[in-house]
Amino acid sequence: MSAREEILDRIKSALRDSPAVPQIPRNYRRETDKTAEQRLGQLVDRLEDYKANVFVVPAAGAPARLAELLAGCASIVVPHGLDPQLLSALPRTGTGDAGTLAVAVDSPERPLTVAALDAVDAVVTGAAVAVSETGTIMLDGGPSQGRRIISLVPDRHVCVLRAADIVEVLPEAMARLEATAPQTWISGPSATSDIELERVEGVHGPRTLDVLILT
Amino acid sequence: MSNTFLGMPTLPVFGRGNLNATEPFPQAAHRELGNAQLRANLGHATHTIRDKRLKVVAELPDWEDMRDAGSAIKNATMAQLPALLEQFEANFTARGGTIHWARDAQEANEIATALIRETGETEVVKVKSMATQEIGLNEYLEGQGISALETDLAELIVQLDHDKPSHILVPAIHKNRSQIREIFLREMEDVDPALGNEPARLAETARRHLRKKFLSAKVAVSGANFGLADTGTLAVVESEGNGRMCLTLPETLITVMGIEKLLPSWSDLEVFMQLLPRSSTGERMNPYTSLWTGTTPGDGPQNVHLVLLDNGRTAALADEMGRTALNCIRCSACMNVCPVYERTGGHAYGSTYPGPIGAILSPLMTGIKSEENNSLPYASSLCGACFDACPVKINIPEILVHLRGEDVDSKRAKAKVPTQTDLLMKGAEWAFSAGSRLNLLEKGLPAGRLAAGRAKVIKKLPGIGGKWTQSRDIPAPPSQSFRQWWAKEHGAPNAAAPGTTGEGTISEGGRP
Ligand code: SF4
Repeated sequence: MSAREEILDRIKSALRDSPAVPQIPRNYRRETDKTAEQRLGQLVDRLEDYKANVFVVPAAGAPARLAELLAGCASIVVPHGLDPQLLSALPRTGTGDAGTLAVAVDSPERPLTVAALDAVDAVVTGAAVAVSETGTIMLDGGPSQGRRIISLVPDRHVCVLRAADIVEVLPEAMARLEATAPQTWISGPSATSDIELERVEGVHGPRTLDVLILT
Repeated sequence: MSNTFLGMPTLPVFGRGNLNATEPFPQAAHRELGNAQLRANLGHATHTIRDKRLKVVAELPDWEDMRDAGSAIKNATMAQLPALLEQFEANFTARGGTIHWARDAQEANEIATALIRETGETEVVKVKSMATQEIGLNEYLEGQGISALETDLAELIVQLDHDKPSHILVPAIHKNRSQIREIFLREMEDVDPALGNEPARLAETARRHLRKKFLSAKVAVSGANFGLADTGTLAVVESEGNGRMCLTLPETLITVMGIEKLLPSWSDLEVFMQLLPRSSTGERMNPYTSLWTGTTPGDGPQNVHLVLLDNGRTAALADEMGRTALNCIRCSACMNVCPVYERTGGHAYGSTYPGPIGAILSPLMTGIKSEENNSLPYASSLCGACFDACPVKINIPEILVHLRGEDVDSKRAKAKVPTQTDLLMKGAEWAFSAGSRLNLLEKGLPAGRLAAGRAKVIKKLPGIGGKWTQSRDIPAPPSQSFRQWWAKEHGAPNAAAPGTTGEGTISEGGRP
């Protein structure tokens, strides 16, 4: 008998008392009525608690704010589907501006190597949805977020989130996501409490997380 | 496919690997209790996490509703396990993953080894995983000439020091910063001897040590926190980003997951991803969660395998009273509130699974007849703190009592002649069945007083009573019993004490 058949048989034998399949009581909150403003305030609070840097700006001011944030950088990577408008205020290489910035574009068709990703100063991505109650930003590999590796290897992650994509509780966010999409849920920069339970931000993931929220 | 079992019932097949203690709990506990560093670290750790957990749990108005849902979802999962496993397999496979089934630790180790061999690699990176610890994968691979590098900071510390984890969440909690610094200096290449012992500096050292490995790794081995049957999705919950590194960078990903880790659907995950982080690290959400379903073209490993592991889980499932132990999501909340764990630490339990959950899960998976594990159900005061803390409401005390009963029965069956416990219980049955008999015994009280001597304590009882007095004294018995006192105060010889009749049964009429 194959291991598969044998294990399935063992399980069926173990369940020969035919235990009942209970109804699932779903009395927990699956949607909520916080206002957009409250959700924004809550998300900012939670993210700052995780030691992320949060900037709330009107959508029109985003390119300028992003350029300001990336002022010290020499190179960044962006996914192929990131809104080009966002990058419009950056001093691009080849434009002759002082303090130019090399912008590498990653796509499934033209993926950057690990070494190239390791060499850039930062990555700028979008986000699919965010949960204010837990301070969680979700990436689902959509065109504005790119392959999982690009938001992992660079040491700084600048994540641009639309305020309209902030929900309050986890079930609301998950309802917007496709389960089978490759996902990364991010709640603050990487951290460890493995040494005497003292929290240290920044281990293997990006050590700096900047969140730019567009209202 | 129907769930009804039509064949001959099979005897439970128990698990192997690192599920067995190497010595009985009382012996191991006695030694561990002598380790003052361990006790101090553990006391600090368990109390800190406990307080954090209480704070974040109190924030949610629907925490109890979530526990109810979590418990029901897990019970529903176990009741439909064969169908859900098949559904999971179909979905995971349809998206380019490959499923392997492993009856026990040995088989799982062999499968993983063969998969690694196919890639031609001799080094793999690993994400912290209870299942691979349970099967002893690292040691097995070492014997096959493959080195497995633990990448979780605490696991790395433990591995570098050739030690064992002592807590499932913070495995190196028994070591302090100076000890960790020494381990790094001794075991890592190119560490600056001027390295300080601040946690931030130590974490940075680990980052540098592992970075090259991550960026060049071809094969990763992981566990999984959840598997979703209706989509074939796997989830890993972590903090440091080492999980993301292992799950994203290599070409080949081999995941080992117990068959009980399934959830029926994607929407069930919304319950568990709220229960787990708050119960575990006391955070509103853990820094990183990764979800993948088979393979995604152009994104992440393209050679993706999952080993579904039994290793005694079906034996636990066959125990109707004990099967809810499989609902465990390994949050470690029960450990952090346990007065026994807090003092003895994880090593005393021997098995990969320590604390209250380990005290039931290990003997359920290995069988209570396993001699090293049959003392585990007694490693509890039955205070019930674990039950209150458990996010999926596993009634650990009830299962502990059930397993104690099983242990007594199995020893009796083995002994053939009545054991001391049997004789004592028989004696008690005789004594307590009539007031007159109790009266007779109570005449012996002054003798007990005499035995206690002037110090008024009994320090050593004979026979199995000796186990009790090993760690505590018994105060001298009173010179008279309550019944004797009552008879004296209220005259009538042999007068019934309140609430009892002369025959020693409780009088219903006397109750309000
Ligand atoms: S038994 Fe409950 S409290 Fe203990 S680790 Fe498992 S889920 Fe957590």
